[in-house]
Amino acid sequence: MSQKSNASGSHPQPLFEAVGITKKFGDFTANADVSFRIHPGEIHALLGENGAGKSTFVKIAYGLLQPDKGRLFWNGEIVSIRGPQQARQLGIGMVFQHFSLFDALTVAENIQLAMPAGESIASLSARISSISKDYGIEVDPAARIHNLSVGQQQRVEIIRCLLQDPKLLIMDEPTSVLTPQETEQLFSVLRRFAENGLAVLFISHKLDEIRALTSRATVLRRGQNVGSVTTKGRSNRELAEMMIGTKVKDVARQRAPANAKILFEVKGLNRAKANAFSVALRNISIAAYSGEIFGIAGIAGNGQDELMAALTGEWRAQQPGVIALDGIDISISGPAERRVAGMGFIPEERNGHAAVPSMSLADNALLTNHSLAGVVRGGVLDLAGMRAKAAAIAADFDVRLPEPNPLASSLSGGNLQKFVVGREIIKVPRVLIVSQPTWGVDVGAAVFIRTAMQELAAKGSAVVMISQDLEEIFAIAHRIAVLHDGVLSPAVSATKLTAERVGLLMGGDLADATNMASGASA
Amino acid sequence: MISMTPRKHIPLSLTLLTPTIAIILTLLAGAGIFGLLGFSPLGSLYTFFIAPISRPDQIGDLLVKACPLIITATGLVFCFRANVWNIGAEGQLVFGAIFSGWVALSFPDWPAMTLMPAMIMASIIGGIFWAMIPALLKVRFNTNEILVSLMLTYVAALFIDWLVRGPWRDPMSFGFPLTKMYSDAALIHRIDVPFVGMLGQLHWGVVGALILAIFGGFVLSRTILGFQIKVMGDAPRAGRFAGFSPHLVTVGVMAIAGAAAGLAGMVEVSASMGQLQPNVSFGYGFTAIIVAFLARLNPVGVIFAGLIVALAELGGDHAQIALGMPKVVTGVFKGILLFMLLAGETFNRYHITLRRAAPVSGTQEQ
Amino acid sequence: MEALILTVLLTSVPLIFAATGELVAERSGVLNLGVEGMMLMGAVSAFAATAILGNPYLGVLAGAVAGAMTAVVFSLFALGLATNQVATGLALTIFGTGLSGLVGAPFVGGTIEGLPNLAIPLLADLPIVGNLLFNHDLMAYLSIGFLGLVGWFLNRTRAGLVLRAVGNSHDSAHALGYPVLLVRFCAVSFGGMMAGLGGAYLPLVLTPHWSEGMTAGRGWIALALVVFASWIPSRILVGALLFGGITIMQLAGQARGWAVPSQMLSMLPYIATIIVLVVIARNREFALANSPACLGRLFIGNK
Repeated sequence: MSQKSNASGSHPQPLFEAVGITKKFGDFTANADVSFRIHPGEIHALLGENGAGKSTFVKIAYGLLQPDKGRLFWNGEIVSIRGPQQARQLGIGMVFQHFSLFDALTVAENIQLAMPAGESIASLSARISSISKDYGIEVDPAARIHNLSVGQQQRVEIIRCLLQDPKLLIMDEPTSVLTPQETEQLFSVLRRFAENGLAVLFISHKLDEIRALTSRATVLRRGQNVGSVTTKGRSNRELAEMMIGTKVKDVARQRAPANAKILFEVKGLNRAKANAFSVALRNISIAAYSGEIFGIAGIAGNGQDELMAALTGEWRAQQPGVIALDGIDISISGPAERRVAGMGFIPEERNGHAAVPSMSLADNALLTNHSLAGVVRGGVLDLAGMRAKAAAIAADFDVRLPEPNPLASSLSGGNLQKFVVGREIIKVPRVLIVSQPTWGVDVGAAVFIRTAMQELAAKGSAVVMISQDLEEIFAIAHRIAVLHDGVLSPAVSATKLTAERVGLLMGGDLADATNMASGASA
Repeated sequence: MISMTPRKHIPLSLTLLTPTIAIILTLLAGAGIFGLLGFSPLGSLYTFFIAPISRPDQIGDLLVKACPLIITATGLVFCFRANVWNIGAEGQLVFGAIFSGWVALSFPDWPAMTLMPAMIMASIIGGIFWAMIPALLKVRFNTNEILVSLMLTYVAALFIDWLVRGPWRDPMSFGFPLTKMYSDAALIHRIDVPFVGMLGQLHWGVVGALILAIFGGFVLSRTILGFQIKVMGDAPRAGRFAGFSPHLVTVGVMAIAGAAAGLAGMVEVSASMGQLQPNVSFGYGFTAIIVAFLARLNPVGVIFAGLIVALAELGGDHAQIALGMPKVVTGVFKGILLFMLLAGETFNRYHITLRRAAPVSGTQEQ
Repeated sequence: MEALILTVLLTSVPLIFAATGELVAERSGVLNLGVEGMMLMGAVSAFAATAILGNPYLGVLAGAVAGAMTAVVFSLFALGLATNQVATGLALTIFGTGLSGLVGAPFVGGTIEGLPNLAIPLLADLPIVGNLLFNHDLMAYLSIGFLGLVGWFLNRTRAGLVLRAVGNSHDSAHALGYPVLLVRFCAVSFGGMMAGLGGAYLPLVLTPHWSEGMTAGRGWIALALVVFASWIPSRILVGALLFGGITIMQLAGQARGWAVPSQMLSMLPYIATIIVLVVIARNREFALANSPACLGRLFIGNK
């Protein structure tokens, strides 16, 4: 069975085609009727926000998952890809975001482990060197992985794929760990591949890169393919609109409060990279007013974790004068002291970070209350008090409990999140810092949590909300800044922002925002 | 194919059932091994576990044997709960004996009222001192505390050996490696109270051990210190989020364990031997690890676990006399018990199912 | 003097066996603290087999088998049930020590005919070196042979590469489809066999009788030796001679009336090991290249 091809290339026959791919996990639909095709020699982007379904699709293409419905075609014939080995035999290679490398071993040894047995290191090294030269990928077969930069390590992964003579190379967010220079080098390598007839499926959310590198893009949103388009001549704005959807414009905005004072201020926060995979924070400044919700938008991996740690005090710069709460310098205070000063924190990960799964809710309440007055007297814990507090939180914040004072691990995700949120809001902190407040949470709980945050702001507190969910940001934030690659854009009033503009900012384009910010009042 | 998935909730019944099943399986397996080697299985169980406490005055022996185990294991529980693997309690015990021994031998004329507390303080300082080496190395250089504390047990054993054969040797000991006898004030005496006396050679150290275990349970479950330790052990990231310091907790639990072990060393010498000899510990430091596990890392449970393991120890002594078997044979029971407990931990924490091999399937993420 | 050197060489043999075996286990990512227990099982089995069957070579075999089987007990729990490796290893030592005492009880006080020396023709006739290096029993030659074999295996074979990979990152190995638990099981079993051989050497060559606990802590020294050698097989030889030599040094020192107490000398190997641990931890480069990153970490095979 063949379908009419939109011949945008010189090959009428698509190399790889997906028709009606659907995949569900329980109630959640990760891919809904996804169809598109890739031609030989084409660099094709798979574009979408986090959670749009890109990873799921790619795992299906590589045989790590089986679709519930739909078919895959290879060179016009139906195939059933039952596992990575079969995918490799067909000619599909994949470079994952997280490498499967052995850092104590050499490049050649790493590659040898990924290949079928029988080839000696010497012969393999020779092949590695020749592929290196052919494609301009510089790599020394005798180097040890831990001595290589992340970009070089990625090249090892690429060569590992190339040695198996693939026709389609899938790359999952490859530039998230590369410097701009390494990214350029990767791009010229990929262009060489395309010239040689190799197709590339390039997963990303970085609009500039996609426009620079790819010829066509398939945009996924909430599991569906909203369009397969050419990228030549398309603007970031258009792509952002497809990625995010225009429904966002319709959500009611809050009116910014008047006569407010700055409750929480960050001035020029810098934080160096902790390791190759982390993001450096550069000159971050935030001014959050009483009564407002300050939204920090941005796609995962742009420094949100690092920023959150700096705001909670889990990471502290060694000098004062960077972070102040209502005029009081708290730059060198730890989380417990910051809480005493009137702050509340809700980190992104509720299992193991915001809460201890193996402990009861009462104990988890103690986690962020132990430094407050009256909770610990003479070293002894007020356990009864904490049980009462946990019960109060559960009652006020609609937390469904299987039993009184249950273990955190026995609560559903939404309920645990409501507890973790309630634990802070019930204290009416003057400043609440929250990251991903409604991640992985059902709609009802999400609404509850957002309403609770709005009520807290209405009482005069300042809320700083880091979120990857743009709908959420637009729903409740008064002012919005965008975090991109460790840099925070100037804050702009929500009424002046549109999805397209935010999309630009997420792609790193600050010009628009700077104009808006300087011309406008907060 | 066996697959293990973490349980969401561990029922209390399982928590209590596991050590019980472990003990039963141990008895069965141990008896089985004895049977295979030509001894009477039931007879061996009797010799090891019943005979040693068949008379009321032997209860005292049991408590006395359990005493150093209970003290040391209480301290180790704090360490293990924090995920700090202190294997060097043996060496910390020795240093507790050394430091308190120095006080006892240097001030033989002091009255018990001052000598005892001084010795207790010294033993605690000695144990902490020896425990600080692996603790600080771990905090500063991230060295493996298992290997460091283990190496130090040997250094400690050699050090006391040198002291007792060298500078501290009693000139009147006819060449035997023994220090002078402690003065009466330095000894821990039998409990000379009606009724209790019926229980045999009970000494005040036992009372101390019981109090310590109960106090340890209180600290772990009801104080901020205990809370910090548990959080750091279970979820270090949450601990940092709460504002706790991983380094402080590591040093703190090592100090607690070292102090306890040191105290146990002093009690052993002052209650039983009355003088220092090269062998002040008979593997108590290692046996205490088993006690801590049997107690499921709960200080109050340490009391019961200590009694059970002490029973096995007494059984070994008894077997030596009655059957001519070397003392190390209790190791058969102790070792199997620890194996069973560890396996039980796994059954507690994971749901183990048998699945027929499925084609490569994915995980529940996008 | 020659006698001194010979003694150093001979006392190092059990250490070489046990440390080489443990090195293989640790390179695969498993920390097996049960070496002392496995050595004692090897010792008692070798003695018993020789006493009963009359052939010391059968004793060698028995020692190897006993060591390997004791290691299987460890694998059952630590690999099969993912129990805590440290605790499991300690349990194995206590169990092995106890069981060996039980098995050996009827044999206390007896003696056996140990392994004879096998002089290597021609080489044994060399002046000085001949008698020192080429006139030993089979096991002494085997110890060096195994050491070389392990070095070659780890660095020059694919199977050795897989083993090193598993110890470096069991997650990556699993992602590539390698049977992590099977590899570790083989490594641990090999370690057990070698520990058994090391233990067997004691009654078969050094002191031809059995007494409980006769390894006297050599298993723990072997563990220290692996770290001291930074998991590099060739360094085990140096370390074993050093550690063995220290014991001899203290006897020689006493005979010559040296001021340094013998116990202080005996402490040196342990203190040296601690220093090596610190140095390794500080030197990230070296640590990354040599120490198995997954040492002691739990691995659960299903995903």
